[in-house]
Amino acid sequence: MSTAAEAGRARTRPTSRAYWLRRSPVGRFIKRLAFWVLIAAIFIYALFPFYWAVRSAFTPPSELFNTPIQYFPTHPTLANFRDALNTDFFRRALLNSTIVAGSVTLISLLIGSLAAYALGRFRFRGRSAVLYLMLSMTIFPQIAILGALYTMISNFHLYNTLGALILTYLIFTLPFTVWVLTTFMRGLPGDLEEAAYVDGATPIQVFYKVLLPLIAPGLVTTGLLAFIAAWNEYLYAVSFIQTPQNYTVPLAITSFVGKSGQAFQVPWGSIMAATVIVTLPLIAATLVLQRRILAGLTAGAVKG
Amino acid sequence: MSSVATPAPVSGRRRRRTKLQRRQSRLAWLLLLPALAVVAFVAIYPLGKTVYQSFTNQEFLAGITPTKWVGLENYRTLWHDTLFRNSVIETVKFTLITVSFEFVLGLVIALVVNSSFKGRGLMRAVMLVPWAIPTVVAAKMWQWMLDDVFGVVNDIGVRTGILSHPHAWISDPATALASVCAVDIWKTTPFVALLLLAGLQVIPRDLYEAADVDGAGPVQQFFRITLPLLRPAILVVLIFRTLDALRVFDVFYVFFGQRPDTQTMAIYNQSTIVGDGHVGYGAAISVAIFLIISLFVVIYVTFVRVTDE
Repeated sequence: MSTAAEAGRARTRPTSRAYWLRRSPVGRFIKRLAFWVLIAAIFIYALFPFYWAVRSAFTPPSELFNTPIQYFPTHPTLANFRDALNTDFFRRALLNSTIVAGSVTLISLLIGSLAAYALGRFRFRGRSAVLYLMLSMTIFPQIAILGALYTMISNFHLYNTLGALILTYLIFTLPFTVWVLTTFMRGLPGDLEEAAYVDGATPIQVFYKVLLPLIAPGLVTTGLLAFIAAWNEYLYAVSFIQTPQNYTVPLAITSFVGKSGQAFQVPWGSIMAATVIVTLPLIAATLVLQRRILAGLTAGAVKG
Repeated sequence: MSSVATPAPVSGRRRRRTKLQRRQSRLAWLLLLPALAVVAFVAIYPLGKTVYQSFTNQEFLAGITPTKWVGLENYRTLWHDTLFRNSVIETVKFTLITVSFEFVLGLVIALVVNSSFKGRGLMRAVMLVPWAIPTVVAAKMWQWMLDDVFGVVNDIGVRTGILSHPHAWISDPATALASVCAVDIWKTTPFVALLLLAGLQVIPRDLYEAADVDGAGPVQQFFRITLPLLRPAILVVLIFRTLDALRVFDVFYVFFGQRPDTQTMAIYNQSTIVGDGHVGYGAAISVAIFLIISLFVVIYVTFVRVTDE
């Protein structure tokens, strides 16, 4: 059956190219050349700024502020990385951001998977209303509640603490986690669950013994996306955090100043080293989980 | 749906099922409770509080002026506030420029990467890199690239003869907006392309083969097959990108701080609340932003409805 279809398709495959381009070797060459030029252009466009940060991070400051510009560090050095890591608030920021993003991710996954279990595997009145609420929360403009949060946080004496960020970041990570995990929960077949119920399992046992292991890939992907969102957040961080020892990574990146004696000069070498340090783990995680992230994006786009 | 009252004979089996359903529904709400409590506490309550604050003259340092109800006073002031008006214009300009560039460039990239070639997997991985870089970090990278003396953009421009002399991209008001847009477009276009690529890949091949047989050229195929079938993906991308762009904060803040000629709505709002401590007036700005963003949502939804008919 399928082979017949394949054969049929092979026979009628005059692909969609203009006639002369397909027939003449010159035309074909030009077409292939144009295609690869485009591919190369996209490749360079996507990667060049990151390459530039890497090359600036490895270039000694003396060469960094010299013209003509070197496109490749002729005397690569680790001095910028040392400077960045020796900056107190930057080291603290790495720790702070890990604490904040880690806690937010864990809380979101914990609360979110329970909610997703209810929304994905139960039928009850009000279910779609809750789903709509969660979906509308994912596009909620965070700026719209800044003033209220600002006064709430100062009333709770959370101003200038990491707790303020952990609390407020849930606004964007939790609804998103609920929404994505619900689609994962819904996609599971019902048989295993029924078998477990027949064996006398309680709904809670079904949840953490049957369903949770099955959506583990979903938990990893969603967790990573929530972590990245919290790691990158800037608006609330810049509004609720004041002292350098509580800075998160985005605050630290924007706070590097020149050493005494050259205060007028922005220490671009250290800044670029810092950007490379904070970005590499994210890029690595993204590339490792690439297929899963793409699958998640695909599911969203198709369902939308 | 099932609530339509049908006077059906109440059999024992049916009653047991409703009992089970009731128990299920109770458990479901119990599972939802923590999530709903968090959402209520960190989003819905603050939203209500913001609306209330917008009718007061609340200051962050409450000791100085006692907070009292001022009615529509804040909104009247806001209507004549040129700083706010400029910030709205700036934000809308930014949104129109970035969303249209990201959409067109993203579509081109998606179409190119959609054709099968060696290294396509690598290409898709590469496209995730800008997306994974934090916005603030991306802004810093570009700020350095756009540096007026040691920036690589000026260097390339001068070497290739496109620029006659180095240009101060960020501090010159004429190119300030363009330079922020460049950062956003760089960071977001690959993401847009990936979403559109996902949409392209569910279009059945047979359609193109049938079109080939019927003698339709590539241009005709694009407008008659690709574009109409990609519509759902396109709409999702446009809606999400627009809403995102309207609340832009990070790039502008890193590039300009609170420079008045390049404030977005979000920056003006943040500096009013946190910088100046005018919580009441800031809340009115927040409500206005909320309404403006809602307006865009309504426009999109109406557009979808109208074209669907």
